[in-house]
Amino acid sequence: MKFLPDQVVARLQTEMQTPDLSGTRYRALELLGHGGMGTVWLAQDSILQRPVALKVLAAENSSADLAARLMQEAMVLARLEHPGIVPVHDAGTLADGRTFYCMKHVEGQTLDLYARKLPLRERLRLFQRIAEPLAFAHSRGIIHRDLKPANVMVGPFGEVLIMDWGLAKIMPVVASSATGQAPQHAIETDELSSSATKAPAHEFTRAAQDSLSSEALAPENTTAHGTVLGTPGYMAPEQKRGEVNLIDQRTDIFAMGSILQSLLQEPSGSPEGESYSRPLRAICAKAMSAEMSARYASVQELAADVGRYLDGLPVSAYRENIFERTARLVSRNRVAVVLVLAYLFMRLLFILFSRR
Amino acid sequence: MSNKIVLGLVLGGVLGILDGLTAWFTPAVRAGIVGIVFGSTFKGLIAGVLIGVFARKVHSLALGILFGLAVGAFLAWIIAFMQHGYYFQIMLPGAMVGLIVGYATQKYGASSQLQRA
Repeated sequence: MKFLPDQVVARLQTEMQTPDLSGTRYRALELLGHGGMGTVWLAQDSILQRPVALKVLAAENSSADLAARLMQEAMVLARLEHPGIVPVHDAGTLADGRTFYCMKHVEGQTLDLYARKLPLRERLRLFQRIAEPLAFAHSRGIIHRDLKPANVMVGPFGEVLIMDWGLAKIMPVVASSATGQAPQHAIETDELSSSATKAPAHEFTRAAQDSLSSEALAPENTTAHGTVLGTPGYMAPEQKRGEVNLIDQRTDIFAMGSILQSLLQEPSGSPEGESYSRPLRAICAKAMSAEMSARYASVQELAADVGRYLDGLPVSAYRENIFERTARLVSRNRVAVVLVLAYLFMRLLFILFSRR
Repeated sequence: MSNKIVLGLVLGGVLGILDGLTAWFTPAVRAGIVGIVFGSTFKGLIAGVLIGVFARKVHSLALGILFGLAVGAFLAWIIAFMQHGYYFQIMLPGAMVGLIVGYATQKYGASSQLQRA
C-alpha cells in the first residue's frame, strides 16, 4: 500500500479548502487563517479594486445549521456599526454551496503582539479604546463571549478593532425606565432568523480551533445550557460551568479583566514597577471576580477606573491608605510640590542668613 | 477646579500674607511687620488678579509661568524701590510667588467656558 507524500496531502487539503469564487466579484489571494468553522481568505474585490477578507464555511462543515450560524454572525456584525468593529460588506452563498461573508481586511497586529513594544501607560490607553466598541456592542445587547488579545486587532494608525464575533450572544435590551417602554431586543432575533435561518436564534456559537468546546456546537442555533464555549484563561466562571442563562455583559467584563492582566505583564517578566501597583491589581481583581455581582456593572465603569488611575485619581476598586493617598497626590502634583518646596527652601535660607 | 481669576486672587493673597509674615524673622524690619504684611498681601492680590486674567486669555503653561514671574518680579521691584533697598530679599520671593500663581492658574484653574458648562 502506497501513501501519498505529506506535501501532496497538504496541497490537496488547500485545494479542497479554496472557495469557489466563480460568479462573484472576489478573487482569492491568500489563506489568512482557519478555525473550527471555516477559513478566512484575503481576496480582491474586482469591482471596487480593494482587498477584502472572506470568511468561508469549511467544506466539511457545510451543514445548514453552521451555514445559518455564519450568516447570523455576519448579520450581527452588520448591525454593529462602530469604528471599533470590523464592518461587513457582503454575505451570501458561493457556487460550491458554501456560505461566506465579506468584511474589511484589517491590516495590523493582534493586541498581544502590538502591546509588547508599548510602555505601560500606552497599553492602558489602548485598553480603554478596546472598551469603547465593546460598550457599544453591550448597549446593543450583544455579548462577545470570546474576548482575548488574539481577537483584538490594532491597525497601523493605532485603531482598535474587536474581531471574531462568532460566539456572540444577543441579550434583550431593557428599555429606559424613564420612558416606560417594554423591553425590546436591540437586534430583532426574529428578523435575523427569518432571513438567514429557519430556526430561532438568540445566541451564535463558533468552535474556533483555539477555543475550548466541550460540546462542539449545540444542535440548534441557540446554545444549550451546559455548553462550554470560549477560550481558557479568558472565560468567566459561569462560562466555564456552561451556565449559558447567566451570561451577560459581566462575562465580557471578566475577559476584559484577563486582557488587562495580560497587558500588565512586563515584556521582561520582571515583577517590579508600576505594572504591579495595587490599584491596577485591584481593578483586575474586581473585573475578574468569581462572583458576577462583585464585578464592574458595565465595561464603561471598568474603563473609567483605568482612566482614573491614568489621571492620578483614586480608583473605585481600591481603598488606599493615607500614605498611598499622599504619595499619589504628590506624584500627581509633582511640579507644584517642587515649586512650593523651592519657595520654602529659599525662605529658610533667607531666615538663616538674616540671623547672622 | 475654581475660576482662574478667583484661584489667582486666593493664591496670590495667601502667599502674599505668608511672604509678608516671613519678615518677622528679619530683626531689622520686624517693627514694621504689619505694614509689610498688608503691602505684601495687597501685592499678592494684584499679582493674582493679573495672572488670573492672563490665564483666562492665554492657555499656555509656559507663557503663564513667564507672565507670573514677570508680574511678581515687577510688583516686588516697585515695593523694593519704595523701600530703597532689600531688592534681592523682596524681588526673589515676589517673583517666585508670581511663578507659583502663574503655574497654578494655568494648571488648576477652570476656564470660564468649562464653568458655564
